[in-house]
Amino acid sequence: MPDATGLELIGKELGAAVLDKTFFRERATLDVDPAAVRAVLAHLRANGFTFLASVHGLDYFPHEPRLGVVYELLDMRRVDRITVRVRVPTDAPDLDSVTPDGEDGPGWPTASHQEREVYDMFGVVFRGHPDPRRILMPEDYEGHPQRRDFPVGGEPVLFTRDEAQWLEARE
Amino acid sequence: MNATGVSDYRRGEQSITLTPPAEQIARRDGDREEMLTINFGPHHPATHGVLRLLVRLEGEVVRELKPIVGYVHTGIEKTAEDKSYWKVIPVVERMDYLSYYFNAMAFCGAVETLAQVDVPPRAQYLRVIHLELNRIASHLIWLGTSILDLGATSIFLYCLRERELVLDLFEMSSGQRMHTRYFQVGGVIEDIPLGFARKLREFLDVMPKRADEYGAILNSNEIVLQRLRGTCPLDAERLLALGVTGPLLRAAGNPWDLRKAAPYSSYDQFDFKIPVGTVGDNYDRYACRLAEIYESVKIIEQALEGLPEGPYITTDRKVALPPRHELATSMEALIHHFKLVTEGFRVPEGEAYYPIESPRGELGCFVRADGSAKPARVHMRDPSFVNLQALEPMVEGSYIADMIATVAMLDPILGGIDR
Repeated sequence: MPDATGLELIGKELGAAVLDKTFFRERATLDVDPAAVRAVLAHLRANGFTFLASVHGLDYFPHEPRLGVVYELLDMRRVDRITVRVRVPTDAPDLDSVTPDGEDGPGWPTASHQEREVYDMFGVVFRGHPDPRRILMPEDYEGHPQRRDFPVGGEPVLFTRDEAQWLEARE
Repeated sequence: MNATGVSDYRRGEQSITLTPPAEQIARRDGDREEMLTINFGPHHPATHGVLRLLVRLEGEVVRELKPIVGYVHTGIEKTAEDKSYWKVIPVVERMDYLSYYFNAMAFCGAVETLAQVDVPPRAQYLRVIHLELNRIASHLIWLGTSILDLGATSIFLYCLRERELVLDLFEMSSGQRMHTRYFQVGGVIEDIPLGFARKLREFLDVMPKRADEYGAILNSNEIVLQRLRGTCPLDAERLLALGVTGPLLRAAGNPWDLRKAAPYSSYDQFDFKIPVGTVGDNYDRYACRLAEIYESVKIIEQALEGLPEGPYITTDRKVALPPRHELATSMEALIHHFKLVTEGFRVPEGEAYYPIESPRGELGCFVRADGSAKPARVHMRDPSFVNLQALEPMVEGSYIADMIATVAMLDPILGGIDR
């Protein structure tokens, strides 16, 4: 892990793109402006963090902006990890996809499945993703089940004995 | 038999051209290209679960491949948000159903990081013993089913025979054969019982010999070699870009292993090697995993030999249940027990990511705590889910039969992919 000083230095290099820096339980986290996520990851790649280990989605309900996307970067040479966190609101959950190659440098092909999962579960739309479909839930599914306001057991289950009643309700 | 000492059969066999099929198919301008789309799975025995592959074929050559997953999605991550921390363990164990100890370890590790719980050395060693036993069991299932896909039935039976011994050991230490819930936040649920060490030593004696036997059967089997050697290689650079870790990456020559690189649970105290391959073809993938079985045996031997005395779970009563006998005499223990069982323990606000080396690569658990007794988010970075992306680049331009072998050597566990 970069220590607290290392995190300050990286934060300074990135300038205005960094909104906040957290050092918690030996884990360095950069809170980043959603518009700059590709630039920040490219900068960190140039600094040795060449492996994107994981992408997580989060819902910070009831805090705003609610949705979070977390990128775990790994430097295999120095065995060092850094976390980049982006927050987007639910009414405009847009974010640049980091999967494809772009003008600002090569992409991270490993993020493809993981961004699809974040879209599936939280509804974050990744602009420019090569295959922006759901991955775990059925394609015709409505809603994003990992959001905190989506109830557990919110999925109605159709049993044979209720079939007639269901069909009536649909008409 | 002719003058050169080569039988007619052998000569016929040697005349088979092994040049890449992509180059064999001549394509002239004006010819209509004909592609065949086939649906492979989800219920096909060679997909190792309910994996569905949409494959575009040109003749027998794979041109395009799309994995479709989600058939066993059970919303484990959502369920975990509705349970107190100690009740999440049995739920996450059911993700990757062949490496349950690893799932529990990643989750417990993340919670221990957040709650700053120290794990006593004996518990760390016991964890290592069970993790490595689980790695052996997982590799045995992989070996048996993979070679079964290549047409050999007997290896499957041998592998299950040895796996049975591992499951017997699990049953002895925790009462369960699978999904044991043995790891707890702060340590393990119980010390190993009397006789466990003797039975474990018996297993450690027999396992390397049995692994030798597997090697002897497979490494001199011409069909296995023809199917594995040189098929579907992918270089380390591409694999890293695709986020592939574990035996697949090591087979391509990159010795990245979190047990060595960033040791957790006192892995730094054991002497073991990391098997690596050279070209990263299917044979290397197979050989790496087979060699890992020996290394796991070595680690368990050392852990059993050096097993420290002391508590097997943290003595922090706010996190771990008090021992049963204290309940009869101590009011305080009774209160702690009641609070832990009804409400669970609270974890301070924050986020943690805890990566470990599972049999399939980097298994990381991300936990966000909001200060209550239930996690606000549990996410597993499952290696199978990420590694599956490498399947298309691996099999593009090779025969569909090699695709079967590659899926087997990829070792995807659908429970882990779909969660």
